[in-house]
Amino acid sequence: MTSRKTVLVLGGSSDIGRAAARAFAKCGYDVGLAGRDVAALEPDAADLRVRYSVDVDVYRFDVLDTASFEGFVGSLPALPDVVISIVGLLGTQESAQSDLAHATTIMRSNYEGPSLILGLFVEKFLARGSGTLVGVSSVAGDRGRASNYVYGSAKAGFSAFLSGLRARAGRGGVHVVTVKPGFVRTKMTEGMKLIGPLTVEAPVVGDAILRAVENKTDVVYVSGKWRLVMLIIKTLPEAVFKKLKL
Amino acid sequence: MTLVSGWGRFPVVDTDLQRPRSFEAVGDAVAALTGSVARGNGRAYGDAAIGAARTVAMTGFDRVRSFDPATGRVRLEAGVLLSDLIDIFGPRGFLPFVVPGTRFVSVGGAIAADVHGKNHHCEGGFGRYVESILLRTGQGETIEVSREQNSDAFFATVGGMGLTGVILEATIRLRRVETGWIRERVIAASDLDAAMRALDAGDTATYSVAWIDCVARGRDLGRSLIYLGEHAGKDELADGADAFPVGKNPGLSVPIDLPSMTLNRYSIRAFNELYYRMGARRAGGSHVVSLYPYFFPLDSLGDWNRIYGKRGFLQHQCVIPETGARAVLGGILDRVARRGDASFLAVLKKLGQGDGILSFPLPGYTLALDFPVKGDILSFLDEIDRLVVAAGGRLYLAKDARQSRTTFEAGYPALRRFNAIRKSLDPKGNIRSKLSQRLFDEV
Repeated sequence: MTSRKTVLVLGGSSDIGRAAARAFAKCGYDVGLAGRDVAALEPDAADLRVRYSVDVDVYRFDVLDTASFEGFVGSLPALPDVVISIVGLLGTQESAQSDLAHATTIMRSNYEGPSLILGLFVEKFLARGSGTLVGVSSVAGDRGRASNYVYGSAKAGFSAFLSGLRARAGRGGVHVVTVKPGFVRTKMTEGMKLIGPLTVEAPVVGDAILRAVENKTDVVYVSGKWRLVMLIIKTLPEAVFKKLKL
Repeated sequence: MTLVSGWGRFPVVDTDLQRPRSFEAVGDAVAALTGSVARGNGRAYGDAAIGAARTVAMTGFDRVRSFDPATGRVRLEAGVLLSDLIDIFGPRGFLPFVVPGTRFVSVGGAIAADVHGKNHHCEGGFGRYVESILLRTGQGETIEVSREQNSDAFFATVGGMGLTGVILEATIRLRRVETGWIRERVIAASDLDAAMRALDAGDTATYSVAWIDCVARGRDLGRSLIYLGEHAGKDELADGADAFPVGKNPGLSVPIDLPSMTLNRYSIRAFNELYYRMGARRAGGSHVVSLYPYFFPLDSLGDWNRIYGKRGFLQHQCVIPETGARAVLGGILDRVARRGDASFLAVLKKLGQGDGILSFPLPGYTLALDFPVKGDILSFLDEIDRLVVAAGGRLYLAKDARQSRTTFEAGYPALRRFNAIRKSLDPKGNIRSKLSQRLFDEV
């Protein structure tokens, strides 16, 4: 093993996961890629090894299988310096309104699983006295909107979890970053109508995550425009907000 | 549906733009209907990378599979950009053998257009360094093609404008270099004869290209600056210089579509005068420059295609066989100079033999000119085409948005053979681009 810093990316085959892995590998980190389909992670692992001459391992990780989490953390050859959770599921708001199973999957994928796994890592990090945890949440969690409140509420829960985690862990030398990407052109948003000036490509998010970790930023809106947009949306009085089609 | 255009932003076409995430999904996208073509980074100027009905974006396939430093062989997915290859392998002492005037092209696109660089006269085009290609054909097979295996399909795919199928992966050979610097020698040529003589004398140089002032008339007609280049060794670098320079992403971008009158005969004339004089002052000696300004002078200005305004521009790039080239080039330049609206982007260089069945290069001189889309430009270019055809020349498909079938068929006599191979790989005609509809397909 080398003495380089290591990053573990949960959701490594997602577009943002791949982008984050590249950003960290380029900066000299050894990388762990974790996802449901290990075979699908191999080509990305090979790409990172050739591109950046770093060590890359792949791990099976299923965010819905919370029973496996302790075993997963215990099975890692070494405790990483940085853990990034990019796992999430947009789902379909319309079906989630009547399909309880679908709504449950959205809530578990965006809140329960990511929170529990980062919660496990924080204990190990605090015991070591160092490390950074990154949760990729969403601007959708800033206020529940008619068009995506199932997803949004789960992200709101995750953002609140990260906020509390940060307040607690900071005293023990562990930093927690909340990332709110806004619209990103990825497979998750494929087919959605995205507003051009508010939309970024995945590598921009990957670079923003790396910068936030290096600079110990608390909450990152990848595009500054989103901070403004969400500030306006958050400050609208409920009487006005409920009449808007957002 | 999505509005898509090439780098010249003409024509703009409504297309079903798909972004498949797996090779299986690429196959599904192509098999589902007749009229798809793959698209790389969108740097072909005209309609080559726009499907007749559907356009399959390949930039998501950007993984490097493997690299062997002993041989310089790299296996990669077709969406990897040459800029990535330079960033990744340059500092390790390897560069692509052939780079076009921009590094922001995909490997798949570079193969499909069999792009040439400043070294074509002595080292050939991009296709010469391609060892094998993984191709998804129109009839649904995924086959490996090389000089030894499916060689007809290989030579049809190199320079085949994506019409033999979708290029999924390729193995290419990289060049070993000691540094990322180029020893450059500038020669000022006061007219076309001097420019052609200087290029002929530069046949022994690895890299040679001429910037040509296409506004200058009379006895200045064809005055040029010739840039010769060789890879610089470590001992040629200034003390303390890094063996490999850092390539910056464009720091400056053209933020909006400039009014189409920004480039007019006066501004171009003033620019060219200044550019020629500054170049002529540097002429004579040699100096070491970073590979980025040497190979990719325009990459430092992001979105430079917007300076031609919303209506876009046309690049006319022809090649004229060596014999009799002087008279034809003189005739073209004279007509262009009289019009006065060709841009400062005019390039003259020598080419050797092409490798693919439909590759653009043939031994002779290639001249590339940009024109804003306005007025009678289309009929003017038809007139230029007649001179090209009469001289036994042809136009570069990667730049083309408007040539006629007659011009195309006259310039590419191997078309029949190409179409026969294409038909064997794609009997139902699933692979069709706007360019193939315009020039290749039976109507």
